[in-house]
Amino acid sequence: MYRQTDIISDAQVSPQEGDLVINVGPQHPATHGVLHLVITLNGETIKKVEPHLGYIHRSIEKMCESLTYRQFIYVTSRMDYLSAHINNHACALCVEKGLQVEIPARAQVIRVLMDELTRIASHELWWGAMAMDLGAFTPFFHAFRERETINDIMEETCGARLTMNYMVPGGVMQDVHPNFQRRVKEFIQLYKRKIHEYDELVTGNIIFQNRMKGVGYLSPEDAVAYGCSGPVTRGSGVSSDIRKIYPYEIYDKLNFDEVLESGGDSFARYMIRIREMHESIKIIEQLIDNIPEGDFQAKTKAVLKLPKGEFYTRVETARGELGVYIVSEGGTTPYRIKFRSPGFSNLSVLDHIARGSKIGDLVAMMGTLDLVIPDIDR
Amino acid sequence: MWSFSHIADFIHEWLSSTFNPTWTLIIEMVIAGVCVIGLFAALGLVLVIMERKVSAWIQIRLGPNRVGPKGMLQSLADTLKLLVKEGMTPSGADKFLFNLAPFIAMIVAMLLFAPIAFAKDFQLWDLNIGVLYVSAVSSIMVISILMAGWSSNNKYSLMGAMRSGAQIVSYELSAGLSILAVVVLTGSLSISDIVMSQADGWWIFKGHIPVIIAFIIFLIAVTAETNRAPFDLAEAESELTAGFHTEYSGMKFALFFLAEYMNVFIVCAIGATLFLGGWMPFHIGNWEGFNHVMDWIPSSVWFFGKTFFLIFVIMWFRWTFPRLRIDQLLNLEWKYLLPISMFNILLATLMAIMGWHF
Repeated sequence: MYRQTDIISDAQVSPQEGDLVINVGPQHPATHGVLHLVITLNGETIKKVEPHLGYIHRSIEKMCESLTYRQFIYVTSRMDYLSAHINNHACALCVEKGLQVEIPARAQVIRVLMDELTRIASHELWWGAMAMDLGAFTPFFHAFRERETINDIMEETCGARLTMNYMVPGGVMQDVHPNFQRRVKEFIQLYKRKIHEYDELVTGNIIFQNRMKGVGYLSPEDAVAYGCSGPVTRGSGVSSDIRKIYPYEIYDKLNFDEVLESGGDSFARYMIRIREMHESIKIIEQLIDNIPEGDFQAKTKAVLKLPKGEFYTRVETARGELGVYIVSEGGTTPYRIKFRSPGFSNLSVLDHIARGSKIGDLVAMMGTLDLVIPDIDR
Repeated sequence: MWSFSHIADFIHEWLSSTFNPTWTLIIEMVIAGVCVIGLFAALGLVLVIMERKVSAWIQIRLGPNRVGPKGMLQSLADTLKLLVKEGMTPSGADKFLFNLAPFIAMIVAMLLFAPIAFAKDFQLWDLNIGVLYVSAVSSIMVISILMAGWSSNNKYSLMGAMRSGAQIVSYELSAGLSILAVVVLTGSLSISDIVMSQADGWWIFKGHIPVIIAFIIFLIAVTAETNRAPFDLAEAESELTAGFHTEYSGMKFALFFLAEYMNVFIVCAIGATLFLGGWMPFHIGNWEGFNHVMDWIPSSVWFFGKTFFLIFVIMWFRWTFPRLRIDQLLNLEWKYLLPISMFNILLATLMAIMGWHF
């Protein structure tokens, strides 16, 4: 177990003679955004990694305090832009918890379908971007081939490709497009036809396996101590899937497995995400033919007012556990909103797992942590 | 078979009858130099567009398709852009070395053109130690990279240069040893002799397993030596932004870029010469008709065809494989390739002594 005192004393270690301190970022091809890492190196070996945050801080939490309960959901699409649906979903759930509204069955199924499509899209992009970090460019284009199909489906139903803003308190904004079911089925066909390419191109590659296996080891204890969530903890063998532990919507009625790997290294985290895509496909297959008839939105008042109190919901995004905490004073806007984003906790573990490894491994580890910088800074 | 020597003889006779011997020599050297520079520029443009088209084909996209027919003039437009771009020198840089480094890279690449036999009787300098010359001169390349990395006053550049130094120096060993396998079988270091020795069959076919092993090791080693992916640690853009040429811009960057492609061409030409018979056509035993048809194809087409095939293979590597880590890279060389190639050369020597090849 990593003791708190260790972390403090390590943070105060100043560079010694012969150390090389380099700034990776905020503009650097490896960081996928404006993350700034100050790396202390001894030759090629990493002694310390210090993330500097705040380059893309847009004070989303503060902004939400001046927006109504219908409006603030749209801002949260911009937090973790790769799983915008799931962010919106978490916020909508929290507001619904306060309002105590019953969500129609049709809306629930549509929400879960959209969540899982988003999860696949997010993992596809992660896969391509991570392979790119390792120096392989081609996987990126292969991943985008499938991801574009999902984006097209989103565009048809929600009207947007990246920040969908489809979830509203009480359900979804509008009904799914008439083509929705057909196109999702087409996507499943495409996915099943092409997914073996992922394994052939990257997973089975000997160079890739050598780069990933035994690198960036995170023990189950550390994963818990650092507050990691999502695929990062499950790669260390810690069960942490919110969909299983605290089921929301209809996840408790669905048949899917929580993916667990015991390796704890980069390769385990990689395999988790690859297998999670299969599980998501499984969920979509169960639901796509069984979308119940009915309303897509519950009847809510035009102006929403949450009762005085505190409300907390959590969902499983593509990156891990997203918590939404609303403190209400009884007005039309929240008194305080706090987002517990998965990327922030997952980033904090980077220094711990990167020490002693080579600089080439650092980018691989950042890839397997699946960092989305706007999610970390908010 | 049609030969280029007629043209060369004709020019030589005409110059000799017009000028005195000294001037003849000087004019001939100038002609040769201009030819090399012309070939250099043409190959640079062709290889860049080839790389972009091959990568596009592998990555299910179209690649450049706006400038000229099918985007074939794209690299011309790129060159124009790089020519008019400002070549900046960082304020903290060692100005002399910083500006010298790209030219050294370029000069090395140009020097390597001398002993290559492009076609039948078409060779600038048929020196008797051609293969040794190529491996000796190509190692100068590392000096320019180290120079660029050190003088840039940039930590990324420095790390890229240091990686490159370790990499090129180690991989030179197995590249040299794999070349030696063919040299041992041929009994000559001269490139024209090596090509002539393959008149009855290319070494890859008649050299049995040792030559095939040597060929594979050669391909891996030269990919590493030219800093191409999956061994592009000197550049490693996701780790070191652009490695040793992070601070270079404009034409100075273009010279590095061009030198890289030229080096790829050279090593592939050497590979084609040593293992795939250079400009020698493909012959099968006693099939007179078939052999005659093969002879009818010009020797330059054979040479460039084989070379571009190898270049394609190296590009294929680049767009399919992830990058190795620096310690894995050195492990691969010192723990696997070097012992294998050492054993392989013993095997090849044994084969040459016993006369086991065809």
